[in-house]
Amino acid sequence: MSASLPADKNARQSILERIRSRELPPRELPPLFDEGIRYADRWAQFQEVLSSVGGQFLSVADRDGVAATLAKLPVVESSRCRACTVPDLHFGNLDLNAVDDPRDLAGLDLAIFPGQFAVSENGAVWVTDESIRHRAALFIAQHLLLVVRQPDCVDNMHQAYQRLAFGERGYGLFISGPSKTADIEQSLVIGAHGPRSLTVVAVP
Amino acid sequence: MTESLPIIDHPAAAARFVDDGARTGWHDQALWFVRVKRDRQAHGLPEWEALREQAAAIKSHTISRLADYLEQFEREATRRGAVVHWARDAEQHNAIVLEILRRHGARKVAKSKSMLTEECHLNPFLQRHGIEVVDTDLGEWIVQLRNEPPSHIVLPAIHIKKEEVGELFHRVLGTEAGATDPKYLVEAARTRLREVFLAADAGITGVNFGVAESGGIVVCTNEGNADLGVSLGKLHIACMGIEKLIPRCGDLGVFLRLLGRSATGQPITSYSSHFHGPIRDGELHIVLLDNGRSEILASDDFRRALHCIRCGACMNTCPVYRRSGGHSYGATVPGPIGSILNPARDAEKYSTLPFACSLCASCSDVCPVGINLHEQLLIWRERIAARGILSGTKRLAMKFASHLLRRPALFAFAGALARWGLRHLPRFAFYHALNPWGRQRELPIPPRRSFRQEYRKRHERQPPRG
Amino acid sequence: MPRVALFVPCYIDQFYPDVAWATLEVLERHGVRAKVPEMPTCCGQPMANTGCVNEARPLAEQFVEVLGRFDHVVCPSGSCTAMVRQHYEHLLHGRTDYVALRNKTWELTEYLLDVLRIDPPRSPFPYRVGLHQSCHGLRELRLGSSSETVGPRFSKAQKLLESMQGIQLVKLTRPDECCGFGGTFAVQEEAISCRMGLDRIHDHEQAGTEVLTANDMSCLMHLDGLLRRDRRPIRVLHIAQILAGRTPN
Ligand code: SF4
Repeated sequence: MSASLPADKNARQSILERIRSRELPPRELPPLFDEGIRYADRWAQFQEVLSSVGGQFLSVADRDGVAATLAKLPVVESSRCRACTVPDLHFGNLDLNAVDDPRDLAGLDLAIFPGQFAVSENGAVWVTDESIRHRAALFIAQHLLLVVRQPDCVDNMHQAYQRLAFGERGYGLFISGPSKTADIEQSLVIGAHGPRSLTVVAVP
Repeated sequence: MTESLPIIDHPAAAARFVDDGARTGWHDQALWFVRVKRDRQAHGLPEWEALREQAAAIKSHTISRLADYLEQFEREATRRGAVVHWARDAEQHNAIVLEILRRHGARKVAKSKSMLTEECHLNPFLQRHGIEVVDTDLGEWIVQLRNEPPSHIVLPAIHIKKEEVGELFHRVLGTEAGATDPKYLVEAARTRLREVFLAADAGITGVNFGVAESGGIVVCTNEGNADLGVSLGKLHIACMGIEKLIPRCGDLGVFLRLLGRSATGQPITSYSSHFHGPIRDGELHIVLLDNGRSEILASDDFRRALHCIRCGACMNTCPVYRRSGGHSYGATVPGPIGSILNPARDAEKYSTLPFACSLCASCSDVCPVGINLHEQLLIWRERIAARGILSGTKRLAMKFASHLLRRPALFAFAGALARWGLRHLPRFAFYHALNPWGRQRELPIPPRRSFRQEYRKRHERQPPRG
Repeated sequence: MPRVALFVPCYIDQFYPDVAWATLEVLERHGVRAKVPEMPTCCGQPMANTGCVNEARPLAEQFVEVLGRFDHVVCPSGSCTAMVRQHYEHLLHGRTDYVALRNKTWELTEYLLDVLRIDPPRSPFPYRVGLHQSCHGLRELRLGSSSETVGPRFSKAQKLLESMQGIQLVKLTRPDECCGFGGTFAVQEEAISCRMGLDRIHDHEQAGTEVLTANDMSCLMHLDGLLRRDRRPIRVLHIAQILAGRTPN
């Protein structure tokens, strides 16, 4: 049993052949969908949905006030170990680039990362690991704070994908609210394995 | 592929489930709650039906050219550094996964939810080969600890009460005896599972969508467990059915909008991760599995079943599923879609499943990718009858009824006899063990004359014109 | 004057003749004298839904041959109408006369509203009425909008009932869940079938239903069987009976 070899080399061939052996009536690929819902006030909608999925939203009006506003947030105040990769914000006391093994991030209290843009319809923020050496930080941190620029908010997912290109290697994800589960009797519990809270901050 | 007997007896399993009336009500209500959440989300989008149509059209197209798209996907995924494997069946699939793990000397695996690996019985296989696998989705972990299969594809532990989880965690995790607060129990699981993530040598995930154009895969979770499982170590194995492909990245918008809303009534899952190639200095292996899918693809009647994005909405809405529990289907995928996919694998073993349905068609109306579920269930009934695996009494009854109903005089006579009997014979002649109708229900109160008898009489007196 | 046939399904013929009489009366009131041919007695649905197409086909053929000669076929059952409209195609593929029949076969409420275009009646029916949306009428014939689908809300049965004098239509927590009849399902999956029916009844009891009605007598036969076994006070009436002026008891 233990000597069992992985798939014979022909698996690929035989699967493709089997599929091709049956000529199917052609079905046209419809053009990309673009009738998505739109909102008069995108950020207001974003905030409403985000709070319904357990996240917090904050909008800062002037550029200079960002750091001061963030400093007063309970998640920031109460955290000891912080990583931050948002340019111009200096909240980090742990340099991700200096960490070799992501497992060493187990004690991370707060991660502050840039989000590329927000999506109104579902309270999601698109995040990539470009500025984050260890993407694990997004999930292992006890709390997550994403900073998004105010112009970067789209109505719906169709617009979202218009902004995305997956030309090369890379990793990105939509994050909508904190980690959660309803696996015990459908009662919603925030903070399953990943971050216990998500704060999205819109900045000028 | 033929699976082992015994033949699944859905009516018997369902009757056992319903026997606990209070629990049945609780189970039904828990799932109905999810259906209501789904409705709220769906009705919040004016373009909902257009989205469903778009999704169905995209899937139909992809499936009509699946081989081309698979090749494109392989090419693009490889270009971005992933390794693509092909498996004809569960056995090959499991062997491939084991081989990859062995090459890396991996002994501990953190696995996120994947119905495909359930279908392949990957866990027991790996365990037999000395590999420790932990299902890290909370619901999956609970059923794994209880040593039973999931009862739902999205809500694996929907059949378990919090008291039972409390007891289980007390035994396994040492939580306080009698503790049932979900918050407290989740916290305990979090603590233990974080240890599992940190100790794992590899992560296995399922795949919600594969994109042909970019060779990317998308994995959706609420807990973040898939990402934790694959971002702390260097090895990610993604197990994917060949039907999971879609052509363009732009199509993801359609499917992600439908999936979360249909599955749990969320506007989107908390985490929708897009992997293009491996993590820095790591490896990404994508195992493509056929396991009967190409056979379904060849069938005009059932091809559309390959549209399925495993959202579970048809289960949540199914009045039979809600009252009979997922385990009564005796299969990895229960409910309406399971009752189509399982007979395709073994028609005899699963011959009762297409009949575990009142043909209410709610599943077809709820399905985000427009699968004509109730019609396919009907076609399965036909196939089962044609193959002669319909129960003998049922076939005989239908032959008899058809014979009778074609002959008005005979039908009238039989009806008159039955009505006379109902009026004059003692109760036990009709209410007995062989008449399931009368176990909990009264038979209709028989009129003296049938409609046609009376109609004839009236029209004899006054012959109709025309 | 179009020649109109009333199709009286097998179980209505035998057990619920008044539903057929009521239908004739309602049609007559709106100027339609429908005829009831001796045959067919059944549309073939029980067999077809059990997968026995060979047993169902002769009944479908009979149906097409006899009723195809009429200009309209009306049926007081959404389920039988759906059988003809949605499923004969599969049973009789290749037959051209079937296509014509499909387009002239109507369920009663749609015949009244869409073909005869009657004004909803204002006759009295001073009861709390629970409307059961029979599945095939709803999701195959689209006699109303199902709760799953997104779009304008409507219900032909409700439209016919709501303007009756003194009527109160109750609000259910699950507006269109299946009653659990399902043809042979009712006996084959007896346990689930009855549980589904009891749950529907419970919903109606909570809502204060006095009279439970539907487009399909088969659903009502099942629900009435459960109601009478437990001697519950809710009464059932087919929608044709209400429209014809019958009252409970
Ligand atoms: S068949 Fe449709 S509703 Fe059922 S799980 Fe698949 S996608 Fe969801």
